[in-house]
Amino acid sequence: MGSTQLPPGTEETLAAATAKAAAPGEPVEMVQLLGPDGTLGSDPVFSDYAKRIDPEKLRVFYTDMAKIRRFDQEATALQRQGELALWVPLTGQEAAQIGSGHASQSQDYIFPTYREHGVALVRNVDLAELLKQFRGVSNGGWDPRENNFHLYTLVLAAQTLHAVGYAMGIQRDQKLASADSTDPKAAVIAYFGDGASSEGDVHESMVFAASYNAPVVFFCQNNHWAISVPTEVQTKVPLANRAKGYGFPGIRVDGNDVIAVHAVTEWALEHAREGRGPVLIEAYTYRVGAHTTADDPTKYRESAEEAAWREKDPLDRLEKYLRAEGLADEAFFDQVKADGDELAKYVRSTTHGLEVPDIRDAFASVYAEQHPLIAEELAWFEEYSAGFESDEEAAN
Amino acid sequence: MATMTIAKAINEGLRASLTNNPKSLLMGEDIGHLGGVYRVTDGLIKEFGDERVVDTPLAESGIVGTAIGLALRGYSPVCEIQFDGFVYPAFNQITTQLAKIHARSLGKLTVPVVIRIPYGGGIGSIEHHSESPEALFAHTAGLRIISPSNAHDAYWMIQKAIECQDPVIFFEPKRRYWLKGEVDVENAGLSEDPFKAHVVREGTDATIVAYGPLVPVALAAANAAVEDGRSIEVIDLRSISPLDFDTVEASVKKTGRLIVAHEAPTFGGIGGEIAARISERAFLHLEAPVIRVGGFHMPYPVAKVEEDYLPDIDKILEALDRSLSY
Repeated sequence: MGSTQLPPGTEETLAAATAKAAAPGEPVEMVQLLGPDGTLGSDPVFSDYAKRIDPEKLRVFYTDMAKIRRFDQEATALQRQGELALWVPLTGQEAAQIGSGHASQSQDYIFPTYREHGVALVRNVDLAELLKQFRGVSNGGWDPRENNFHLYTLVLAAQTLHAVGYAMGIQRDQKLASADSTDPKAAVIAYFGDGASSEGDVHESMVFAASYNAPVVFFCQNNHWAISVPTEVQTKVPLANRAKGYGFPGIRVDGNDVIAVHAVTEWALEHAREGRGPVLIEAYTYRVGAHTTADDPTKYRESAEEAAWREKDPLDRLEKYLRAEGLADEAFFDQVKADGDELAKYVRSTTHGLEVPDIRDAFASVYAEQHPLIAEELAWFEEYSAGFESDEEAAN
Repeated sequence: MATMTIAKAINEGLRASLTNNPKSLLMGEDIGHLGGVYRVTDGLIKEFGDERVVDTPLAESGIVGTAIGLALRGYSPVCEIQFDGFVYPAFNQITTQLAKIHARSLGKLTVPVVIRIPYGGGIGSIEHHSESPEALFAHTAGLRIISPSNAHDAYWMIQKAIECQDPVIFFEPKRRYWLKGEVDVENAGLSEDPFKAHVVREGTDATIVAYGPLVPVALAAANAAVEDGRSIEVIDLRSISPLDFDTVEASVKKTGRLIVAHEAPTFGGIGGEIAARISERAFLHLEAPVIRVGGFHMPYPVAKVEEDYLPDIDKILEALDRSLSY
């Protein structure tokens, strides 16, 4: 994927772009390639990256965005029916997640927050496994090393520091590797939201990343609402502008434009892999639904705002483009719909079938090495449980 | 057999780990060129370079959080927190992340991070430089907590902590940093298992359990009690989590009396856990209630009055008198 050489002038153009970044209250420049009307614009740096995306890849983007939206609907329904304890919807953020996820390579390691179902799909995580956490049968659900996609983290922003440390590990691996190693260079993506940007750990992670020039891309999905608190309460300056204070590039990208998101993330990951240090991407997007199924957006925001964002829908605009350019026909869209329904059916049936673990599994994984207190408490539990069994035997 | 201070023994232990394990590294504030405020890491940056001995930004959550990421990538980071009272900014990373990652991943991920914390009072220092927060961490499943009381243990226990696949909090008794002792660098002996208690003095009339900075105090009290014709057993707990109840129980079954001494506030402390568990395990062997000697329920007091706060020989002897009066 892509050349590892940045196009000439890229750094200068970006430096110029960040230099004229907005002061508080001023509008910030935003990278956009595919407009809400479905027409493709240009950008001095990122059009070259967009050109790498062939029609087949565009169809994959569309398919994945439609799939994950359908999955989101199904999971929301499952929650409403009492099959999931909670659901965290992503509708509206498909382009931000599918675009950035596809820009990563298999050797890159992803630290999600808890809403990156689209990135999980791209990284081949079985979506049934992803539901285990929300079903209450696991605090994780998948093996993070299989697809280099970390477990969800519910404590806001904690994972941004893990991402930087992991990236520092990658730097050390490269130094330990033999000179003839053919391992591809790797980077890390840390996802977080506009609400999490207020957490101290985001600040510390950016300080560490800058200090050690760590190969990490901070990917902030600014979906405008931290549950009921708007972005204006989190920050007085555009979030992308904060990067300048740490000394690395910050880019605001139209988070509903999958082509621009992909281009910008690909640039940022190459930047990181090549040892040029961290990048902050602010994907300017919108959470169309609730923060989770536990809240009610009608209590804290105007429906007009939601309607205005629906006009910028990431799927609609790519569909318009694909149709206008003759890159996808009716049969393609029918197939996408059918695939989505198939996925929904799979998710519904597997959710019902998710196995409830034995609490003994929890005893087994508190510590990596033998621990006498665990052994003692497990022995007590076994004896206690056996007491019920012998009662039953006696009753029989 | 070499003689060295506890600080030097930890330094030598860290050196051995850095030499033997290319994936181990140290990180913390001022640990590089300064060698740490207590010079525990003195000279290591010269020997191993700044990629292995990392002077970090001044940010405790950042130190522990990035150490978790390094561990996830296969490294064995050893973090230094400059003083006990400064660990709280990292409390979230330690308790909600470090402690739980192995469990959350059902054992697929390990995070072998060691956090070194100089702790405890008696050095005449100012606020936040003399605390004993071990119970806060012991209450969190997933963490291991150990504290050496002598140079030999310090040398070996730090190495065992780094080898351990679980996160370990290594509480260093800062007022004993300059206490000298013999270190057998060839043979770990009883230090082979840093999670086991040691009977450091045998006796028959009562047992005193202590760890870290209070072990020398407990031994001095036991020696003083000889003048009253009493034979006191002293146990150096060494590990706070897991806690070696078997060793304590065996001793209590022999002596019938138990005193637990630690610097941390008595209320909600480790001493309460030991008292409760020993009364469950050895109720019929106890000749007296378990007595705790610890700090008061107050913020660690100002240095000029800390002598009144800290458990000392007299407070332990008073507890022994009470125990033996039953």
